[in-house]
Amino acid sequence: MQFWIIQGLNSLSLGGLLFLLSSGFSLIFGLMRLANLTHGAFFMLGAYFGATALRSYSGLNIWVAALGAGVAVAAIGGLFERLVLTRLKSNPLGQVLVTLGMSFIISDACLMLWGGDPIPVPTPQSLQSPTRVLGYVFPTYRLVLVGFSIGAAILLYFLLERTRLGAMIRAGVDDRQMARAVGIPVSNLFTIVFCLGAGIAGAGGVLGGPVLSAYPGLDADMLPLALIVVILGGIGSLLGAFIGSFIIGFIYTFGTALFPELAYFILFLPMIFVIAFRPQGLFGRVGA
Amino acid sequence: MTISRRQFVGNVAGAGIASMAAPNLLYAQNSGPIRIGMLAVKTGPLASGGIDMELAITMFLKERDNTIAGRKVELFVADTTGAPATARAKAQELIEKNNVHCIIGPLAAFEALAIADYLNEKEMPTLGVAAAEDMTQRHPSPWFVRLTSTSAQCAYPLADYAAKELKYKKIITIADDFAYGHEMCAGFQRVFEDNGGKIIQKIFTPLTTPDYGSYVAQLKSADAIFMGYAGSNGFRFLRQFVEYGLKDKMAVIGGMTALDESVLRNMGDEALGIVTTSWYSAELDNPLNEAFATAFRNQFKYDPGYYAGGTYVTSEVLEAALKTVKGNAEDRKALMAAIRGNNVDTVRGVVKFDEFGNATGNVYIRKVTRKDGRLVNSVIKTYPNVSQFWTYDKTEFLKNPVYSRDYPPAKNLEQ
Amino acid sequence: MKWIAAAALAAMLALLPSFAGDFYVNLGSQILIAAIFALSLNLLVGYGGMTSLGHASYLGAAAYISALLTSRYGFGHGPAAIISIAGTIAMAAFFGVIALRASGLGFLMITLALSQVLWGLAYRMSGVTNGDNGIAGLTRPTPFGISLDSPASFYWFALIVASFACLMMAIFVSSSFGSSLKGVRDQPRRMAALGFNPWMIRWITFVYAGFWGGVSGLLYVYYNKYIHPSSLSTTSSAEALLGVIAGGSGTLGGPAVGAALVLLLKNYASAYIERWNMLLGLVFLFIVLVMPTGIVPGLSKLVAALRRGPR
Repeated sequence: MQFWIIQGLNSLSLGGLLFLLSSGFSLIFGLMRLANLTHGAFFMLGAYFGATALRSYSGLNIWVAALGAGVAVAAIGGLFERLVLTRLKSNPLGQVLVTLGMSFIISDACLMLWGGDPIPVPTPQSLQSPTRVLGYVFPTYRLVLVGFSIGAAILLYFLLERTRLGAMIRAGVDDRQMARAVGIPVSNLFTIVFCLGAGIAGAGGVLGGPVLSAYPGLDADMLPLALIVVILGGIGSLLGAFIGSFIIGFIYTFGTALFPELAYFILFLPMIFVIAFRPQGLFGRVGA
Repeated sequence: MTISRRQFVGNVAGAGIASMAAPNLLYAQNSGPIRIGMLAVKTGPLASGGIDMELAITMFLKERDNTIAGRKVELFVADTTGAPATARAKAQELIEKNNVHCIIGPLAAFEALAIADYLNEKEMPTLGVAAAEDMTQRHPSPWFVRLTSTSAQCAYPLADYAAKELKYKKIITIADDFAYGHEMCAGFQRVFEDNGGKIIQKIFTPLTTPDYGSYVAQLKSADAIFMGYAGSNGFRFLRQFVEYGLKDKMAVIGGMTALDESVLRNMGDEALGIVTTSWYSAELDNPLNEAFATAFRNQFKYDPGYYAGGTYVTSEVLEAALKTVKGNAEDRKALMAAIRGNNVDTVRGVVKFDEFGNATGNVYIRKVTRKDGRLVNSVIKTYPNVSQFWTYDKTEFLKNPVYSRDYPPAKNLEQ
Repeated sequence: MKWIAAAALAAMLALLPSFAGDFYVNLGSQILIAAIFALSLNLLVGYGGMTSLGHASYLGAAAYISALLTSRYGFGHGPAAIISIAGTIAMAAFFGVIALRASGLGFLMITLALSQVLWGLAYRMSGVTNGDNGIAGLTRPTPFGISLDSPASFYWFALIVASFACLMMAIFVSSSFGSSLKGVRDQPRRMAALGFNPWMIRWITFVYAGFWGGVSGLLYVYYNKYIHPSSLSTTSSAEALLGVIAGGSGTLGGPAVGAALVLLLKNYASAYIERWNMLLGLVFLFIVLVMPTGIVPGLSKLVAALRRGPR
């Protein structure tokens, strides 16, 4: 019984973390048709920013640090989008080259600035003592993380469904040409969405820090997970990213616990099935 | 005087071709510098070790004004990126382009295995850091020595200590799922169970594990958990272990890289009291190490650990050998014989080589304590003269297959 | 003019060992192997419009099969090579069926996933593949009794194979099948309306690309005399893809140039520049901004502009 409950909670917290990672990626891909392969690096950069901020200012709140890191990463992302990505509108291969190239630059810069050793992101003091759930001990912060990602999902939902900006974004996702024709400033929208996506990733890096830490290679570890979640959940769909994150969280956690021999394939096999039989993902409304 | 474009291009091309041909010219006399090559991993997840290796050797050379045995020394550091193919390319670069007299490194076991035949063919004295067991057991080479230890060599004394002095009965082992982790846990398991203990769970986590939570939740109840990790993963696992409140339920002990000094500096009180084992600690109180560790700390602001210490020891042994051959690094056979034959006093203690080229020396059991406001690996017990075969008979040992995930078979696993 | 340049290039390539040291000859061999690999990937990416991030599977599969057959089962190099290539083709056929169910990002992901599954198998099945330790102690073949152990002899062997590969791929691309492939890349629906079978055309290309990927894998394992799961990894595939795009995926020679660029930066420039990774990234950014279709198309446009002279 303990096994199922604890691993169930683990799945939820991993799912929450994955949503913070992949929601930005899904947004960017959905609107800009851009597979942002820099996304893992943005996540890692945010984690390093947050770790440094929390180390330097002892009273700093992790939420504030996450916000700050998110803004910083969003700014970098925005610059990158304006200066580089706008020139590659109809060049998908060029986009691959440039986003991967940018991820090399960011990860090497992190290695240069922060060295090769892992840096912890401390769990907030108030959340350090574990919670008792049905008689079993579970880290409080992870539960808070689940709550936070649900909150973030709701916020994003409101942004997309209930605001003018969101309506413009959704129009752009559904039919870019038509949106332009109707007068929606699509290229400004692109910059905004890219900043938003990068910022969420950066903030996610800080919030995921107490679980993952900041270390060289974090970007390469996280990027495939973002890709898997978005493919599974469906491109351009926030609901898909949300559900997909938790499905992956469950598959990964229970898969590695129950079938350790399959640890290396446990995420790829379901993904192959989904793409082979439903290429648009579970909730996708845009063809892959 | 103006140079026409054609002349300029011709000159540059000529220079380029000439520089490509240069290696064909032999470095004739001994009057040139001694050229030392280093294969280190400077980018990628293993970068921390490689960076430490370079720092240690640069410090060593600077202390000696870049001169050993009366000759100047030129150091060439190559970044193998942790990929075997690149390691081979870099080894070729060091040997064929830079014409080095000896090589220090490589860092990772699979890198060493990838270039072993090449180094052998080129008769290049190699002072390795990688811990792969078979490099000095079933596939030794006259040109390869290792100054650190095999993967399991330091685990044996810890298992002995855990069984006899800490009186643990049931232990879980967890490590990265690659050869280094397999070999270390296998060695630990062997000695621990020989002394009456039981390994009740053996977990190997993939190198790329984003969240250790699901593994922490699988741990059964035991007296202690043995961490065979290296690099970031041990740190990350331990953090989750503590977050789940398990530090109060079982003790934590670790192998030689689990709580390396370079990782320890970023940790907090959760590391206190953890017992690990290694052939080195920055806290060793012999005069050589006191000088080294203090100098390293002053210059780089953290204590030297496995990679920095290992490289420094290697440099000391190399220096002694070069002095023995009176600086004649060109005579590789003599140099190799000198390396293997000397018993050098180094920062880790006296280092001797067994007939396979592996270092035999002291292994230290350490405990994490706080000293002068920082976390250190204080030495609590010394096992002298530990060889890669522990107390086992060498011939019998070599008849068995190399340690792996399933060998020796774990017979006491709880379901 | 072009012929002179081409002849000069060919002469330089053939005569490299006579004026360059062992290190550079070896570097040349590595570039040739990377070039074949990149060219095979370009059949998919440039001519087929299918961006794959799992091409290293074919390199690795052929390399591992050859390594296992020669070192563990005592096969000679000739039969081992044939079986390796056959195995790689079979694998490409199978993977192709799965991967072609999707397109665009989905195709990319499936190829990534398949290569990761293969990587995981290579890593995990240490009874067969020796897992993380890799398979060492391999030998090079002796075609017609000639030893390939010296850098120069291996280089010429690689040069012959590379030239043949280039030729075969050039023929493929300029044949009528190649035209239909480009048609399917650009206008799949129209091609279908005209009676072509886009799936079959893509699948055949997929298998053919896998074949040449396997050939490069054999050269790879002969050169290195060692194989490790990392050769199957996504990093390996990504580096090749980057080389193809940087060099110019729309051209025949571009990928070779791009692959050479990536290799030179990784294996050569890294000796001089510590932050070579960052440099690599900056080079990519530069290429895409200045020559969006790649180095080779960009340079030929530049040469054409210079030749036209100031207007």
